[in-house]
Amino acid sequence: MRGCPQGMTVLRPQSAGEAVSLFAENPAARPLAGGTDFMVLWNMGEADGQTMLDLSGVREWRSIRKTAAGLSIGALVTHAELRDDPVVRREFPLLAQAASVVGAEQIQNRGTLGGNIANASPAADTLPALAVYEATVKTVSRKGARGLPLLQTFAGVKRTSLEPGELIAAIDIPYLPKKPYRQLFRKVGTRAALAISKTVAAGLVWLERDRTVRELRFALGSMAPTVRRLRAAEDMVRGKRLSRELAAEACELLPRDVSPIDDLRSTAAYRLHVSQNLLSDFLLG
Amino acid sequence: MISLTVNGRKRNFKGPPFKRLIDVLREDFGLTGTKEGCGEGECGACTVLVDGKPAASCLIPICQMAGRRIETVESLGPPGRLSPLQRSFQEHAGTQCGFCAPGLLMTASRLKETGADAVRVGLSGHLCRCTGYMHIVESVTKATRPRRKR
Ligand SMILES: Cc1cc2nc3c(=O)[nH]c(=O)nc-3n(C[C@H](O)[C@H](O)[C@H](O)COP(=O)(O)OP(=O)(O)OC[C@H]3O[C@@H](n4cnc5c(N)ncnc54)[C@H](O)[C@@H]3O)c2cc1C
Ligand code: FES
Ligand code: FES
Repeated sequence: MRGCPQGMTVLRPQSAGEAVSLFAENPAARPLAGGTDFMVLWNMGEADGQTMLDLSGVREWRSIRKTAAGLSIGALVTHAELRDDPVVRREFPLLAQAASVVGAEQIQNRGTLGGNIANASPAADTLPALAVYEATVKTVSRKGARGLPLLQTFAGVKRTSLEPGELIAAIDIPYLPKKPYRQLFRKVGTRAALAISKTVAAGLVWLERDRTVRELRFALGSMAPTVRRLRAAEDMVRGKRLSRELAAEACELLPRDVSPIDDLRSTAAYRLHVSQNLLSDFLLG
Repeated sequence: MISLTVNGRKRNFKGPPFKRLIDVLREDFGLTGTKEGCGEGECGACTVLVDGKPAASCLIPICQMAGRRIETVESLGPPGRLSPLQRSFQEHAGTQCGFCAPGLLMTASRLKETGADAVRVGLSGHLCRCTGYMHIVESVTKATRPRRKR
């Protein structure tokens, strides 16, 4: 049965400063952004009797700002806003594409980027894109502000490395130094809409004129407890000329960085095979 | 107390702040047009417009709706004065048991593009157990884009 509203306490900060102090005073409180992850649990009766820190009144965290180095995306920016923002679409198209496949319209209008990160699902669709763009998660707590490289934000399945009383304020993404030669976002699910990813990939590659790989960045979700960059394959291809053999060799290295499992959505073997095909197709174009 | 605008009317809610929007609409404001299907954000039956945008009212605690503008299926057109979209659902058999229709109509009412493919993508957050979708898509494409004579 669903949770009981009478048993819930709601704290409603109206600014970032207030959110931080309320969280420090109520360390057991649960942050609430768009609620598209939390409310599902609550409706199943799995999160009753809690104190909620409702962040929806914190205006400072709702905008996308341009900085000298890149974009600073407020934690409360929704998937619909990311999907439609002209600067995000131009500078970080893989993130805009990822946002456009989160659930469907109703979920995109409410779900936030900060919530997608803090929820720490291995299948979260924006994470591979943020990983190849080398985003930094900016947090605040009573101890002050800090920036966590995206990959260090996750401690395991549904676990972050945020400390008690720490909130995500923004996600900073640096502009790419040079336009990539090729880029890819691809979600593989059971159906076109409202599917949890079996595997989800984002890739960027820069080539020299003679097709020597200057840099490869490739990230996979749903393939390990947390989102992963394919470091072994990325390092191996650097400085080598693209060929069928090189792509095949890179694919062989996938298990160094990922460890897919069998679950109700897919099998480990299928996930590995599809991910290898995605990498190979991406490299060979 | 939480104040919001529902179907153009100012409303106040004095109950528990974590009551869900769908329950406040149905139980406190008597607007039973909005239905609950799954309670998990998957089926779209509970869709209402929040500041003009489709959202699942089963996933929203009322405390987040202070000062917001909500529209439910009751805003489209009362019996006897149905909107063109609602009439089209009638004409093209876009509804059978009717459980999915209140949510579908709200999302459909906000679609910017009404070609069949755009409608399919736009309505992908709605499940219907009866129609098989063909009639729903037809109801939307024909309502908003009058058929041209060849
Ligand atoms: C039907 C449905 C389909 C979905 N499909 C997809 C999909 O295809 N792909 C996908 O990736 N996700 C999907 N989701 C999951 C969800 O929509 C996303 O993860 C969304 O981005 C969560 O954001 P939110 O603001 O709604 O999070 P909330 O539910 O508000 O919060 C989620 C968690 O993050 C914490 N949190 C939120 N904001 C902060 C913050 N600023 N600082 C610290 N902690 C915070 C909360 O305490 C909570 O534990 C789906 C959900 C539903 C219901
Ligand atoms: S009842 Fe809300 S989406 Fe199904
Ligand atoms: S008409 Fe019955 S669910 Fe759609």
